Amino acid sequence: MRQGAVRLNDVSITYDRLLAVQGITGSFEPGSLTAIAGPNGAGKSTLLKAVMGELSLSSGSIERGTSKGSRFGYLPQAAEIDRHFPLSVADTVMLGMWGRTGAFGGVSREAARKGRDALQSVGLEGLERRHIGTLSAGQFQRVLFARLLLQDAEIIMLDEPFTAIDAGTTRDLLAIVKRWNGAGRTVIAVLHDFDQIRAHFPQTLLMARRPISWGSTETALTPENLLRARTMAENLHGHPPGEGFAA
Amino acid sequence: MSFYAAVIHPFVEYGFMRRALIACVALGIGSGPIGVLLMLRRMSLVGDAMSHAVLPGAAIGFLIAGGLSLPAMGLGGIVAGLIVALLSGLVSRTTVLKEDASFASFYLASLALGVLVVSLRGSNIDLLHVLFGTILAIDATALYFVGAITSFTVVTLAIVYRPLVVECFDPGFLRSVRGGGAIYHVLFLFLVVLNLVASFQALGTLMAVGLMMLPASVAQLWARTLPVMMLIAAGVAAVSGLLGLIISYHFGLASGPTIILVAAAAYCLSLLFCPSGAVRRLFPARI
Ligand SMILES: Nc1ncnc2c1ncn2[C@@H]1O[C@H](COP(=O)(O)OP(=O)(O)OP(=O)(O)O)[C@@H](O)[C@H]1O
Ligand SMILES: [Mg+2]
Repeated sequence: MRQGAVRLNDVSITYDRLLAVQGITGSFEPGSLTAIAGPNGAGKSTLLKAVMGELSLSSGSIERGTSKGSRFGYLPQAAEIDRHFPLSVADTVMLGMWGRTGAFGGVSREAARKGRDALQSVGLEGLERRHIGTLSAGQFQRVLFARLLLQDAEIIMLDEPFTAIDAGTTRDLLAIVKRWNGAGRTVIAVLHDFDQIRAHFPQTLLMARRPISWGSTETALTPENLLRARTMAENLHGHPPGEGFAA
Repeated sequence: MSFYAAVIHPFVEYGFMRRALIACVALGIGSGPIGVLLMLRRMSLVGDAMSHAVLPGAAIGFLIAGGLSLPAMGLGGIVAGLIVALLSGLVSRTTVLKEDASFASFYLASLALGVLVVSLRGSNIDLLHVLFGTILAIDATALYFVGAITSFTVVTLAIVYRPLVVECFDPGFLRSVRGGGAIYHVLFLFLVVLNLVASFQALGTLMAVGLMMLPASVAQLWARTLPVMMLIAAGVAAVSGLLGLIISYHFGLASGPTIILVAAAAYCLSLLFCPSGAVRRLFPARI
């Protein structure tokens, strides 16, 4: 078993003065499959970015265990990538080989073959030369999964991977997620579909800026907890967090 | 007027026209690809701000050298451009001021400062030269200067192409693989400043950014892949330089604005005739 859980100790994150994540404690065990759920603006994306080390914490700490360069793979929320950028599908997927090619290295024959295999496993063989701007949302999501496949990361973080994706593609991509998990990788996914979480994700972190529950999905997604999440969501949207209403 | 008299003769006859031509082609080869990257990063306005920021630096170089001296003005411009590039990065990261507002303030201040400094010592003619460029001033030194910057730009772009493109397309990914995005961003800004400085003698500080943005806009209308876009942009910039020079020679016009107008004309024509342009929409292909 790989050692090195990702452990959060009382993590809080602020943007300017806006408190986006407050007091989260817990850990993502090695090889676990965890869903992060919560209303819009709950701080889910913010938390993922902090785990990657992209945002700095305003208090608390994150232990990342042994930290090699290519340990994290990250799928950003769809809106964060400019799909009109003039890149081909093949080039985009090959970015996943960054750990080996680096900024300047060439792409070996072996690497190119791996790239084709990755495209095949997401069902996009034959689209190598297409421009990413011409893909549908679902096809583009498959491209990003192919890139993650190549990245060979220990910890894979997916921000709303199945939003605006049809049932068939979701099924295919979920199968890939399960395969990653079966191979001992840690997978963390932000999701909004509770049925999907109950069916496929053993662990859940439910949050609305503050943690509501974190543990096995059954105990985390009780009706009371969901109700609490909804009440806290009204506070999130109705009033700027950090000003009053700190219960 | 024959083709020879119109197009070839000026260059055969006059050394300054030959030097201007080489300078313009070199400028196009450097500025075109840089412009494409600026546009894809949605940093057109940043390019604008930087071109104005170069002015006070160039003006101080002008004062120190006591005349139109490209090395002195170029060095001043590079220093000033880099300072503004770093400052504006800081401002947009540390304040709530919208990025474009902070850039607008920067370049208005720079422009005023630059004009003031030049007018302290120089004549109105000098001021015109700094603002709008002059092909007459392109001597051998200037040519080496421009050639060196273009060579440096092309080689650097070739070396850092991959990280630069990724930093532009998906910066989060580059950070997640520890690719070091900030270095490439700064390097890119440095290239922008260098090319603006290279352009200002031929085009003037106000027009220099035009040679970056207009060919890039043309390229975006015609090409779908980045390498082709860069080639088209470089080509359009170089050809605009050639045509602009010829036109300005025959009609006695200022070279900088003429070159930019030629590039603007190429943009308008492209809007009409490019694959998604107005003409194809109004008259769909019958094949
Ligand atoms: N770059 C930013 N600058 C300032 N505030 C931000 C920034 N990104 C997010 N926020 C704020 O932080 C809070 C949490 O945002 P976050 O994107 O983490 O929510 P989320 O849980 O991912 O929501 P969603 O389900 O809509 O994706 C929100 O109130 C948001 O407005
Ligand atoms: Mg989000």
